[in-house]
Amino acid sequence: MTRMFRGAASALALVSLVITTTALPAKEKKAEEAAPTPINENPYPSTYHAYPGVPTVIRGATIFDGEGARIDNGVVFLSDGKVTAIGGPDTPIPADVAVIDGTGKYVTPGVIDIHSHLGVYPSPGVRAHSDGNEATAPVTADVWAEHSVWPQDPGFSRALVNGGVTTLQVLPGSANLFGGRSVVLKNVYSRTMQGMKFPGAPYGLKMACGENPKRVYGSKGGPATRMGNMAVDRQSWIRASEYLKKRKSGKDYSRDLELDTLADVLEGKILVQNHCYRADEMANVIDMSKEFGYKVSAFHHAVESYKIADLLRENGICSAMWADWWGFKMESYDAIEENIPLVDAAGACAIVHSDDENGIQRLYQEAAKALGNGRRMGMNISDEHAWTWLGINPAKALGIDKWVGSLKPGKMADVVLWNGNPLSVYTRPEKVWIDGAVMYDASNPNMRPVSDFELGQPGQGDVK
Amino acid sequence: MSRMILSRFAARTALSVLALSLAAPAIAQTVAITGGTVAIGDGSAPIPNGTVVIQNGRIVAAGAGVAVPPGAQTVDATGKWVTPGLVAGFSRVGLMEVPGVEETNDAEADKSPYSAAIDIAPAINADVSAIAVSRAGGITRAVVSPGVGKGIFAGQGAIIDLGADMQPVMKARAFQFVEWGESGRGNGGGSRASMDLTFREMLRAAKRIAANPSAIDANATDGLMTRADAQALLPVVNGTTPLLIHAESAHDILQALDLRGEFPALKLVLVGASEGWRVAPQIAAAKVPVIASALNDLPASFEMLAATQSNIGRMKKAGVTVAIGMINDNDGQQARYTPQYAGNLVALTKVPGASGLSWGEALAAITSAPAEAMGMGDRFGSLRAGRVGDVVLWDGDPLELTSTPVGIWIDGVQQPLESRQTRLRDRYRSLAPASLPPAYQR
Repeated sequence: MTRMFRGAASALALVSLVITTTALPAKEKKAEEAAPTPINENPYPSTYHAYPGVPTVIRGATIFDGEGARIDNGVVFLSDGKVTAIGGPDTPIPADVAVIDGTGKYVTPGVIDIHSHLGVYPSPGVRAHSDGNEATAPVTADVWAEHSVWPQDPGFSRALVNGGVTTLQVLPGSANLFGGRSVVLKNVYSRTMQGMKFPGAPYGLKMACGENPKRVYGSKGGPATRMGNMAVDRQSWIRASEYLKKRKSGKDYSRDLELDTLADVLEGKILVQNHCYRADEMANVIDMSKEFGYKVSAFHHAVESYKIADLLRENGICSAMWADWWGFKMESYDAIEENIPLVDAAGACAIVHSDDENGIQRLYQEAAKALGNGRRMGMNISDEHAWTWLGINPAKALGIDKWVGSLKPGKMADVVLWNGNPLSVYTRPEKVWIDGAVMYDASNPNMRPVSDFELGQPGQGDVK
Repeated sequence: MSRMILSRFAARTALSVLALSLAAPAIAQTVAITGGTVAIGDGSAPIPNGTVVIQNGRIVAAGAGVAVPPGAQTVDATGKWVTPGLVAGFSRVGLMEVPGVEETNDAEADKSPYSAAIDIAPAINADVSAIAVSRAGGITRAVVSPGVGKGIFAGQGAIIDLGADMQPVMKARAFQFVEWGESGRGNGGGSRASMDLTFREMLRAAKRIAANPSAIDANATDGLMTRADAQALLPVVNGTTPLLIHAESAHDILQALDLRGEFPALKLVLVGASEGWRVAPQIAAAKVPVIASALNDLPASFEMLAATQSNIGRMKKAGVTVAIGMINDNDGQQARYTPQYAGNLVALTKVPGASGLSWGEALAAITSAPAEAMGMGDRFGSLRAGRVGDVVLWDGDPLELTSTPVGIWIDGVQQPLESRQTRLRDRYRSLAPASLPPAYQR
């Protein structure tokens, strides 16, 4: 594909050279101009492949399926990298497959973190590794987070073995109004970013409201205010709309990386992932999205979603939230511990996210805290329902729910076997499968991945 | 749906009844908390059906078969847990309202000519939201440290209580805090060598001044510090005041322990110590307590390459006194994570190859161990007789994620459980159209 694109591009360049040197009749010239440069929409394609697994059945465990259902004494069958069967104890399973006794244990789909900076702000957090914010201009929709991802970040292994995280969205930071494209990764170490890239996952566009952009650009030419933020956003969407018109006209046009991404959002190919804390600002963004004809997939951080949960439900927008982060900056001042359950109870889409290399190891604990806080205010929330906050909801908000986010036959066999109820502080992953291959096994020290960075360092391969 | 609303209403009513029953006057009275699972906080296992008695603001008895004194207010803890108030082993609680809003953040003084002399006590404000929020999470005492501004010494920290009154400081000038390792080297001149020299020269100057108090001048201090700084280091060099030293790597820890070669009276407490497990026998032999981050497991910096969550468990096994602290970890706002951190260390006991803590040890790491590290184990941090009457009543296992305090006493005085957060929750509990905007609900 890449080679084809390159070939086509150079052929076109040759044609335009011919045009300028030989005066063609007007009509023919117009016809030549009307052939726009074909856009390769996948120039850095995924080379991820599933590692070999063996057909495996887990019997006797309690299953949270990720869509809100629970099966006691359940059976999950994994083969050919997929979930092939799930059900009660009588679920028919072929003979001669590996059987794991799940008695007293729990099975869930792999945890999905919709908001991570692993790879772009890797450990160790030295300045040379700081690749998450292209803080040189407020609009940098042209940058792609995948070009910053360092696949040797030790953080990937901790998210896997301590957090059961099998899929994550890596986003640019929030210094800019338009921070750039995100990338969705499978949490399997590879020599290259491409080797981790989730095949077929749509791109996201990171946008940011509020304090960060105005703080970063207030003394660098602006925007310096929230109204300035909105004005620059709207000007950008106007440019994108005009660009999209040109791009769709069938006539040649001058390509612009930044506007390609924004136009892809307007065409619904890229999902907007919008960092936004305050309720009033989220409401402004919702109206802006209607003004220009795009949709916000999820508000991230969203500490005030509880104030407008009805509005978010009506507009079908998810909120990706912490359980209890609060007060660290002005726009997080009104955070409350019941944000997640209140959003959920209003019928809006609730997601637990991390935004943190430590928090990503304990997303299941964040869900448990939110669950407890909701129950305490009288909500009837089941454990299995709470798992939708880590399962199908983030999968939907990332546009990958047909592949992951729940244990349904035909979906990728991204599965965690927990050594107890995963909504308890005393529980840890025991085994993690990704596409049916065991990628972590607590009982086997050789099944703890060690990134290149950690190899030969003190503590390499230690239980972390 | 209607059932949900009903059950919500029921829960709300139950909560307000509880709140009423706990709304006692702000004076210490005799309280007996009976029938609960009682955890003393000294490392022992919880005691079923125990009683805790608080009198004159202090614990008088806790355990099984404890008699209820006549006239005591009785609190039925059946089905609940009772622990000492939790201690934030290293924190900046009370120093900042909004950390990112500079004018409300008093943790560091980077424009001051002073360093070691800075006494954090006057900056501790009982009105900051984090006091109420942390208290509602079961935190009743905290080790509060200044952050470094200029130089390697941050100043003198305090021990505080989180009671709903305007007297938060239990002990001012309770310790001195110094940055060592990566964050110390920058302020210490740009290398670990200059940091080490700066430290030694400042303490040597303090010793000279101790020997000859009239010599407090620029010559005595080599121009390294003000007279006030030199005076503040006297109790450090003579071992009256503990020196909390933030070191993460095995190398930096050993260098820190070596300081006692020249200054044998130093009462060292290691803070951080992410690689402490690698030199645990040396730390144990030096009898230096550690206030550690519970869950650091990433090579977040080059001084934490060997970080693992097993760190505390391994140090404990080697005989080190270890407490849990919030080191560069939402230290102003999230002391309430303390029980979650402790619970995670219990989880490690089920992970092959990992080292964790027993439940009793984990609770001790957030109650008695930090008090002992500060040399104040006889004053607070456990339910042993004579300690301050800091008691928390929990609706379940206090280390579990879904549990929360339902009753809190500090110095024997019952405490409110409300905060700005609970008020906002109640205001937005229902988004149904109302006759007035939410701003009229309070």
